[in-house]
Amino acid sequence: MTTNTEWPLWEVFVRTKAGLDHKHCGSLHAADPKMAVQMARDVYTRRQEGSSVWVVRSDQIVASDPGDKDMLFDPAEDKVYRHPTFYKLPDSVDHM
Amino acid sequence: MYTQAMDTMREEGGDKPALRTAEEAQLQQRFDNRIDAGEFIEAKDWMPENYRKTLLRQISQHAHSEIVGMLPEGNWITRAPTLKRKAILLAKVQDEGGHGLYLYAAAETLGTSRDQMLDALHTGKAKYSSIFNYPTLTWADVGAIGWLVDGAAIMNQVPICRCSFAPYARAMVRICREESFHQRQGFDSLLVMMKQGTDAQRAMVQEAVNRWWWPCLMMFGPPDDQSPNSAQGMRWGIKRVSNDTLRQRFVDAAVQQAEVLGVSFPDPDLRWNEETQHWDYGTIDWSEFWRVVGGDGPCNRERLAARVKAWEEGEWVREAALAHARKSELKEAA
Repeated sequence: MTTNTEWPLWEVFVRTKAGLDHKHCGSLHAADPKMAVQMARDVYTRRQEGSSVWVVRSDQIVASDPGDKDMLFDPAEDKVYRHPTFYKLPDSVDHM
Repeated sequence: MYTQAMDTMREEGGDKPALRTAEEAQLQQRFDNRIDAGEFIEAKDWMPENYRKTLLRQISQHAHSEIVGMLPEGNWITRAPTLKRKAILLAKVQDEGGHGLYLYAAAETLGTSRDQMLDALHTGKAKYSSIFNYPTLTWADVGAIGWLVDGAAIMNQVPICRCSFAPYARAMVRICREESFHQRQGFDSLLVMMKQGTDAQRAMVQEAVNRWWWPCLMMFGPPDDQSPNSAQGMRWGIKRVSNDTLRQRFVDAAVQQAEVLGVSFPDPDLRWNEETQHWDYGTIDWSEFWRVVGGDGPCNRERLAARVKAWEEGEWVREAALAHARKSELKEAA
């Protein structure tokens, strides 16, 4: 078995059409950046799903710890006043 | 289809391993609650060891099936009867390769390397679907695979789009979206031969259907009462619909389609059951299934040898690409 020669892993982001965000769609192994872009095109855009791709080495991605999910994201839960629907306005100006 | 893993593995202590600590018991409880609430489990979330192992086995087997599944049809790419059929077949086989890659990537999130999975395939430790150990003898086999084999695969794969393990579910959504053309192109190819072809071509289609029918029914795995791991798979939200239910759905759909095509299935017991509102079918030869799963099907050795050959002959390419990448990196740094 030759695990030491395994090509590195890349995360693939695809922009479906101009004006939209690049969205994560999967990962793949490739030896270098150029090959990663080429393979991203072959693996993830066989049906015109993309107009642009980004590839990023997976080991370069910094992610939040799932264990910290509550600590990180719960504090936003009770701040309903951040949403426009929190404010009840008279009908005549409610389109504001 | 490609998911016989749960049926072919030994029973493994199920869901209730000896819990060592109170903390672990709590994690298990939280996990069970999330499954019950229909939540998705992501790769970095805590999961029971057996859940991880079962998924790893199923997803990697599914991936291997896609890759090995390129071989029977690849056999006909150079001999496709027209340029149109050749382009279609190329696109389909390329899709299967892509599906294998999505699935390997999903399995890797569970903490195993691609090379480890390939090694397991090449050494015979990992299985792939029994269906790919049958030969493609005529051009009609390509159409029959599309219609019946991919039809059975879709029946099996659609419920996995709701699998509790999110990376697997996401891969399945993508695969199912692409797979629909696979079945349609197969049916279309057979329909052309049945409606516009010669008597010899029609006979060829019927002969192919005769050979593929029973192996396709076996793709769904053993009957529910002989499928000891099914309950655990259901509990974990890995398996959503039972083997027999899926098989019945497939038979019901296929009978109608066969009528349109003008072919019959090689089963004298196939008949409409007014009471159940389903098509009854004859007894499946499970000894054949176990023989093929066990390595003794018509093409097991040939398929595995083809994969090992491709892997070994590609070794210098993989190494050269890596060496080139390292050299380019050094040059850039200098």
